Amino acid sequence: MNGEYGRPALDPARGDAGRRHDEFNRVWGNPRGLRALTIVNHTTVGRNFMLAGGVFFLLGGLMAMLIRTQLALPGQDWLPPDIYNQLFTMHGTVMMFLFAVPVLEGLAMYLIPKMIGARDLVFPRLSAFGFWCYIFGGTILLASLALGIAPDTGWFMYTPLSGAEHTPGPNADFWLIGITFVEISAVSAGVELVVSIMRTRTRGMTLQTMPLFAWYILAMALMIVFGFPPLILGSILLELERAAGLPFFDVARGGDPVLWQHLFWLFGHPEVYIIFLPAAGIVSTLLPVFARRPIVGYRWVVLSVITTAFISFGLWVHHMFTIGIPQLAQAFFSMASMLVAIPTGVQIFSWLATLWTGRPVFHVPMLWITGFLVIFIAGGLTGVMLALVPFNWQVHDTHFVVAHMHYVLVGGMLFPLVAGLYYWLPHFTGRMPSRTLSRWGFWLTFGGFNLTFLVMHLTGLLGMPRRVYTYETGLGWDWPNLVSSVGSFVMAAGVAVVLLDLLIHGLYGRRAGINPWQADTLEWATATPPSPYNFMSLPPVSSRHPLWDDPSLPEAIAEGRYALAVANHGRRETWGSDPVSGRVREVVHLPGNAWWPFVSALVLAVMCIGLLSKQYLFAALAAGVSLVLLLRWSWENGAHPNAAPDARTAEGDPPLHSRTFDGPGLWGMVVTLLADGALYMALLFGWFYLWTVAPQWQLPADSRVDWPLWLLASALMVGGWWLFRRRVQRLRDGEDEGLERALWLIAAIGLVQCVTLVATWHGSVLAPRATSHDAVITVFLLYLLLHCALATVMTTLQALRVRSGYVGRLAPYEPAVVEYWWAYCALVCGVTFAAVVLWPLGWGGV
Amino acid sequence: MAGGGRTVFDVFFRLLLPAGLLCLTGCDGPQSTLQPAGDAARVTAALWWGMFGVSVLVTAGVTLLWLYALRARSETPDAAQQRRAQRWLMMGGGVALPVIAIVVLLGFGIPAGHGMLPWPDDERPPLRIEVTGHQWWWQVHYPEAGVTAVNQLHLPVDRPVDLHVRSADVIHAFWVPRLGGKIDAIPGRTNVLRLRATETGTMRAQCAEFCGLRHAHMTMTVQVLPAPAFDQWLERQP
Ligand code: HEM
Ligand SMILES: [Cu+2]
Ligand SMILES: [Cu+2]
Repeated sequence: MNGEYGRPALDPARGDAGRRHDEFNRVWGNPRGLRALTIVNHTTVGRNFMLAGGVFFLLGGLMAMLIRTQLALPGQDWLPPDIYNQLFTMHGTVMMFLFAVPVLEGLAMYLIPKMIGARDLVFPRLSAFGFWCYIFGGTILLASLALGIAPDTGWFMYTPLSGAEHTPGPNADFWLIGITFVEISAVSAGVELVVSIMRTRTRGMTLQTMPLFAWYILAMALMIVFGFPPLILGSILLELERAAGLPFFDVARGGDPVLWQHLFWLFGHPEVYIIFLPAAGIVSTLLPVFARRPIVGYRWVVLSVITTAFISFGLWVHHMFTIGIPQLAQAFFSMASMLVAIPTGVQIFSWLATLWTGRPVFHVPMLWITGFLVIFIAGGLTGVMLALVPFNWQVHDTHFVVAHMHYVLVGGMLFPLVAGLYYWLPHFTGRMPSRTLSRWGFWLTFGGFNLTFLVMHLTGLLGMPRRVYTYETGLGWDWPNLVSSVGSFVMAAGVAVVLLDLLIHGLYGRRAGINPWQADTLEWATATPPSPYNFMSLPPVSSRHPLWDDPSLPEAIAEGRYALAVANHGRRETWGSDPVSGRVREVVHLPGNAWWPFVSALVLAVMCIGLLSKQYLFAALAAGVSLVLLLRWSWENGAHPNAAPDARTAEGDPPLHSRTFDGPGLWGMVVTLLADGALYMALLFGWFYLWTVAPQWQLPADSRVDWPLWLLASALMVGGWWLFRRRVQRLRDGEDEGLERALWLIAAIGLVQCVTLVATWHGSVLAPRATSHDAVITVFLLYLLLHCALATVMTTLQALRVRSGYVGRLAPYEPAVVEYWWAYCALVCGVTFAAVVLWPLGWGGV
Repeated sequence: MAGGGRTVFDVFFRLLLPAGLLCLTGCDGPQSTLQPAGDAARVTAALWWGMFGVSVLVTAGVTLLWLYALRARSETPDAAQQRRAQRWLMMGGGVALPVIAIVVLLGFGIPAGHGMLPWPDDERPPLRIEVTGHQWWWQVHYPEAGVTAVNQLHLPVDRPVDLHVRSADVIHAFWVPRLGGKIDAIPGRTNVLRLRATETGTMRAQCAEFCGLRHAHMTMTVQVLPAPAFDQWLERQP
């Protein structure tokens, strides 16, 4: 049997390799005990994401079991409606936000650097920060359930039900604040994955030779970057409406509850593809390995992934076919929704063709992939049905939709995920999964799942709405519900067996050798389980299947035969490469373990608790403290003694990224600004939407914006940016004379600009609690103020860093990053002025 | 089942599809979309059976292909065979199949949806009924007769009805599954739903959009009456 699972494992701790391993471990090693809270390494953080996601899955599953127990028989009400409503809301919320997205992100964080031949993600401290935000946010949410004051208005929180009038308690606040907190983690992981994939691939790995999984994750990460901000904005607006009385969704004051639906589904539909794409990426990774041939139609698959990502932003209205929108719009969104079937079909048939023309071997992961295929096709087909408007009118908001949704979510995400867990189990633990117990686990889960959800389609067609805590007998719903409940317990047993199997074999399974499945991708070139530095040396790559081309690559890597094989300089290093060609451009040095991520997330959690208990002064204080902590964290960069004070690199190696103008930080800033821009666009959308669609939109008679001051503020911003730009230009020319003075001057302009904005607000006659019109303008002003204040603070910090010698001619990189922020601020100042001051003039005057 | 205009469509799907046969009894119920008693519901049920049949075929077909492809074997097809298989599978299954399915589906679906909309009709002006959702009850108002009822909807058979649906508080959804699709009741808006019952009898309506604590109990009795009986009922109301 031994031969089947690869050559004997590498033992990094022996001989010459042992000496090098020790050297690397001094730089990369993970501390134990309390200091484990400081770990930023992607292997640990990714694994922790998955473990935490697993725990949330079990909790969400427990809620599902309670729901199914109640619905097993008609007329039951041992779960009173208020508890039942909390349970189904929390089940959906936990499964979507605390299980599906984080688990897949965790898997991506764990795998991506290894697959692209890097040693870590580009912003390791950000990974750790995201993890803590996720844990604290999730804990706050679940605490609300333990206290019996959990959100109870459904996972999409429709207004006005979730508004202050109809949900006066803190229930909805827990959702809005907790989920927004968790989303920080999703967005930061999104930014980080995009930049890592684009900028840290190993030498020679072009976009075209990148593993398919990386393409899927790139698409997912970009979708997170554009898809989450609309919901973040929506949550902020709704929380402002609930807590401060600013109306956005209240009809009587010129708002519109349908705006919430648009903002939610602008996020919500992409969300299901954010969940599906990485899972499909798992399938596209495993299948060729078990078919023992490259995937058929790599380019087709890449193209369909990109197409899916694009189309999925144009479908959100199919969740709103019953709100009474114009027929033409319905036809458009109906057709667009069906179009997604094409890229999905291409992927499915590419998998089929791969199997068809390969020489398949059957292992446990293939069982789960086959289960995925059957369930997902059925779920996809009911999805196309739902896109047909007249049919949608019948089954929308019934158990038919619940069944469809679980076919695509459980079939399309959970099954591939379990396949992936079995496949990468040897990687996580160094041990192989079993063959018998795992089959039991599969068949129980598969059988139980179909028993539960196949009949549930019929339950819906028989007219049972979703989200009802009980039902009367005599409607024909009794037996299908009973079948569903029995099935759900069978499925729960299956999940338990799978967990048991993974646990037993993760601890006691047979040892895995090198590359036990004879896979083609680089993650199998690390030790199993991997060392924190992944690769002793970074190999060049020239094809999509490095380990098929050269099966002895793992040994050669461990012997240090390739690049960056020293760590005696004390830096954590990996390649920074060209986004398209994979040509090496610089050496990226990565920060090591730090307390900042944990502590700042903790203080942010304290801020959330302050907001929840309506102690706003306290919350503001916590926000201030966390800002200081985040700034202090950013202090340890570039030429700082804790980062890379010594800029020398080995003979023939490129310079350190902090000594260039184009490091990953610049990319990080751009991607962050894309997310920020998506949020701003959502706000702009809300403004124009309310103007044109809100049923009782009203222009306050005495509203007056102090436009001259506002114009001045915008002009100041543009001027500051122009100065900044000139300074960076001179820095590029190697000239840092007077840099500090210039930065002080620009920071001062920023400050004046902030004061001008405050004066604009003061000088304008606004009644933000009375009309949506004024409420939106207020939010615009706050948005601008926040951005300009941050521009000022960042510029001040740069001036201080120049003074300390961390930034200058030799380390010119950070001002270039901050300049982008200024450019963005100037842009939004201008656009907002046009939208708020100029547009109404064109519309007919204020 | 009091007769009423059954379409060829409906008979076809009910009789020819085995699942439809299986369901002849198991699909009935006072709130079942599969026991239609109105025009819109009948068309939708027919659409469902058609889509259901095709979906079963597609799922079974792909699954069989997959299982066949999974069988253990040692020979590898030669390059030409591989290319052919790939082309057929990718172009046929990946592109052609969904495109054809979508075109056919829209070919049936768009006219079906079009027919359900509340178009003006001079010959048989529809009866106007105003329905308002409250937490957690329905108010039904017949403006011409000046009659108001609670949690009871009376309709004349074979006459188009326009329901003007509003909400007094949160979002609800008005839905009589045996007659047709649902429409949301949204504060600040009035949505119009056109229904035409084709069978008399008693059936059930239920709020479909989650609206809070007693959402599960927000139901309504629907009585479809012959025209004279309906008029009598209207007159009897205070
Ligand atoms: C473990 C097996 C599962 C069972 C037995 C189950 C069962 C259910 C049931 C019965 C409902 C409907 C509740 C109602 O309408 O009253 C529901 C809702 C939902 N489920 Fe699951 N579920 C399971 C797993 C999952 C997973 C893995 C996900 C996502 C990845 C998920 C996501 C959702 C969502 C989003 C809702 C909608 C919640 C809402 O209406 O607000 N479920 N589930
Ligand atoms: Cu959608
Ligand atoms: Cu309701």
